[in-house]
This record gives sequence, structure tokens and C-alpha cells, in this order.
Amino acid sequence: MMNLWYSLVNIVLPFQWVEFTFMKNALLAILLITPLFGLLGTMIVNNKMAFFSDALGHGAFTGIAIGALIGLVKPVLAAIVFSVVFALIITVIKNKSRASTDTIIGVFSSIAIAFGLVLLSLGGSFNKYSSYLIGDLLSITPSEILLLLVVFIIIVILWVLIFNKLLLVSINQSLARSRGVKTLLVEMIFTSIVAVIVTISIQWVGLLIINSLLVLPAAGARNITTNVRQYTLVSIIIAVFSGICGLIASYYLNTATGATIVLVSGLVFFLTLAFKNKFA
Amino acid sequence: MEKQDETNLNKDQYSGEHCENEEKCSGLCCTKVEHFSVNFGNTKVLEDVNLHIHCGELTAIIGPNGGGKSTLLKAMLGDVKHSGQLKYLSEHEKNRAHPVIGYVPQHLSFDIGTPTSVLDLFMVCNSKIPAWLTSTKKIISKVKESLSIVKSEHLINRRIGALSGGELQRVLLALALDPIPDLLLLDEPVSGIDQKGLEIFYDTVSELRRKYDLSIVLISHDLDIVEKYADRVILLNGKVLCNGSPKEVFNNEITTKIFGMSWFKRRPTDHESDEGGDK
Repeated sequence: MMNLWYSLVNIVLPFQWVEFTFMKNALLAILLITPLFGLLGTMIVNNKMAFFSDALGHGAFTGIAIGALIGLVKPVLAAIVFSVVFALIITVIKNKSRASTDTIIGVFSSIAIAFGLVLLSLGGSFNKYSSYLIGDLLSITPSEILLLLVVFIIIVILWVLIFNKLLLVSINQSLARSRGVKTLLVEMIFTSIVAVIVTISIQWVGLLIINSLLVLPAAGARNITTNVRQYTLVSIIIAVFSGICGLIASYYLNTATGATIVLVSGLVFFLTLAFKNKFA
Repeated sequence: MEKQDETNLNKDQYSGEHCENEEKCSGLCCTKVEHFSVNFGNTKVLEDVNLHIHCGELTAIIGPNGGGKSTLLKAMLGDVKHSGQLKYLSEHEKNRAHPVIGYVPQHLSFDIGTPTSVLDLFMVCNSKIPAWLTSTKKIISKVKESLSIVKSEHLINRRIGALSGGELQRVLLALALDPIPDLLLLDEPVSGIDQKGLEIFYDTVSELRRKYDLSIVLISHDLDIVEKYADRVILLNGKVLCNGSPKEVFNNEITTKIFGMSWFKRRPTDHESDEGGDK
């Protein structure tokens, strides 16, 4: 299957930057992962969960630390389990407690990242894991791309099933409950999805910037759209566009891919901001 | 004869034990709130509230701020933890625990920047097709039909954050009426609406009550409105202090004490018609 992709790229994109196999892999990964970021970002921004998704990145980091400690070569599985549990705990506490959401997320986020750093620095071997902070998209392997594809399909299906309820919850919880929506359940499914995608992407994008990739495309799309269809579509377009541009730029500039992508999305965000008044 | 009945009914309401047995439900259907109590921490907000709401009637809840009016509606919605039961009885089904409830909140707090149109709002509430994917002609015409009940078809493609207070209330009312509920709960739906919009809103509500035989529960601070439109008034302050026809409740001295004399003084004296109430 990968060979098919390689020959397809050779025919359609006869450019220097996709000559190497790792670039072809990275391009495919970007085409799978950025639409998801664009899609999930819309509801993260609508639900004012930017800080929350940031905390999820920290939870994922700790999960990876735990996975590494119990001796898994690829600690992703442990990380997914941990960060989903982490996300669910925050969601439940956020709903049950009267303390402000910021405070609760801040508390959990700090504890998680500190715990992860302590675990990974045990025995002074932290450098080995510093790649999780910045991420390396060019190191992605075909089997990881397959994992991405599976996640992609699952998330799109879930998005068809729960989107309406999720949007209603994001508009107003009481209204959602009066329409028979189980708000806590919907929120828990959504945060779990975000936790999974953040956790598996963190090794390629990096803890420090993963949140920007989730938030920026949707934040930009919000500026220039008036209904949900436009919002979703524009957010995905911005995400994919920034992803591809960022990948190409990082190849020629020899910079970190994730960070370059974020810079491109940042640029697009300010562009949309300039046109905001025309759409308000 | 009919006068007699109504008086008896009102007496029944006062005793608080009205309609304990299901067969006594007058009219086609009714909703019963039984022994509702709500506590926030150590504060008792509602204590043993019992209500009996008839179909085709507009029941107004009045009372001082902090008297638990909004909390009562939220408890009926199941949005606030409470003890006690909500029962819905109709001709066809003897006892249904969960009536279809339409709810127009006091103030819909949402992010006004949200890129969500009125059509989107209806779609996410009533359609299985995800709003981000597509919308069919069938859905659009159905939403227009709903909006036409409140004379707001032209708002279908507007962003909900760009609606005025009155427009939003009408859209929310249309939404609460799709599908037609058994019970319509309106929480002070008039704040931020001008006098004209207010009249349109209540005329629409009154019309709907007759057309669909709806049970409507309305929270209002506007006693003029209550007197004009309500069939039954409940004075609530932690518990039901007074329950009866508008005249009965407004002539009660507890009501006068709570709302002050000024409103009652400028109220037109009513010696022309004296049905129900006065003994």
C-alpha cells in the first residue's frame, strides 16, 4: 500500500522536497492528521477548551513516561490509556466541582507534567526523551501511519454520530439537557477523542506546540465564518494548508516541522483576523 | 354549576393534597410536581413544593428574587438535583415519568462569537444528520415552518450571536415548540425585550396554548403580564405560599407584602367581574 502512495507522489508531485521516502511518509501523515486537528479544533475552541487540550498534552507526556518506565519500547499504548483516564477525571471533576475550570485544569496539568518529568529524569536519562518536547514528524514510520489511518476513520465516524449533541452542549448545557442530551457523556467522549489524538501525535508534533495546532486553525476559521458547515470546512482547509506549507518550508529551511506548521497557521490566523469585520 | 367546580378546585389547590389520586386529573392531561425539594449545600432553596398544572393553562410563578423560581423550573427539567417526582398524566398514557418538555431559558448564555446559524441550532436539536456535513431541503423547509410560528422565518441564516434579545427569544420559543412539547417552561423570557416584542411574544404563547392545548409554566416579574395572560398564579418563596387564580393571589395579603403596595394601588379596581376566588 505504501508503495502505491510512493509512486503516486512521484507522478503527481515531481518536486525535490518529496524525493526522500521520509518526506513522502511525513506528507501522508500530515494529510491524515491535520484534518483531524481542524475538525476537533472547532469544538475545542467553541467549548473554550484551549487550556484543557494543553493539559491533555501534559497528561500524554506523563503517560509516555509511565510507559517508558514499565519498559515498553513504544510507550504509546500506556500513554493513550493514561491520558484518556486523565482527561475523563478532569472532565468529571470539572462537572461536579464548583471551583473554576481554569483552576482545576491548572492543578491537574501541573501535577501531570511534574510527575512525567520526575519519572523520565530518574537516573539522569532525560535527554533520551527530549524529542517528545519538540517532536519529529520526519521520523514517522509506515506502521504508525497505518495507526493514524485507523484513528482517522474512527474519529470521523464518531464525529458524524456525536457532533450535533456536542455543538448543542457547547452552546448551552441547560438547553442541551432540556433536549435530552446526556451532557456529561458527550463531553467525556469528546475529551477522550482529543486525548487519543493528542497522545499519538505528541511524538511527531511535540508537547510544546501540539495545542497550537489544535486551536489555531479553528480560531482562524471562526473569524470568517457564520455557520457550522463553513466553520468546519474552513478550519480543515487552514489546518491542511498550514500542514503542507509548513512541511515544505521546514524541508528547505531545515527547521522543526511541527513548529514551522504552527507558524504558518499563526500567519493564517492573523490574516483572518484582518478580514473579521467583513463577516461579523 | 361551573363556577362551583372552579371554586372547589381552587380550594383543593390550597390544601396542597390536590390530585393525589390519578383519576382526579381534570381536563385531558396534567403535570404534577410532587414534593420537590432542592438544597444547595446547606441552603434550602425549595421545600416540599407541590404543583398541579393543567393542559391548556398558563400557570405563572411569581415571587421575590432568590425565591427559587428558576430553580424550580430547572428541577422540573432535571437540570438541578432534587427530591420528589415529576409526573405527567394524559388520556392515552396513564402515567408517564418524562413528558416532552420545551424550555425557554431566562437568558441563554452562549459565546456570541460562535459561528452557528439559526438553521444549525435547529439541526443540532432535531436532526440526525450532522450539521457540519450538509442540510437537506426537507430540513430547511421544516425549520422555516417552525420559525413561522413565531413569525421569524427571515432569521434562518442569521448567526445566533447576531440576533437581538427579542429575536433570540422568539427563535428559542420556536425551538422549544419543535417537537410540540407536553409542557412548556418559560423562564422570564422578557428580559431585554421592548414592550412591542413582549406583546408579540405573549400573544404567540397564548395562541399556542389554545391551539395545542399546552401546559405552560411561566416565570415572570411583570405582574401586569401575569394578570393579563395567566390562568393560574403561584406565589413561590422557598415553598408555595399562595396558589390560585390571578385575582385570588393578587388579593392575598402575603402577595401584597412581598411585592409592596405600589403596584396594587395603581391596579384598576375590579368590581365588574367576580367569578371564582372571592367568597
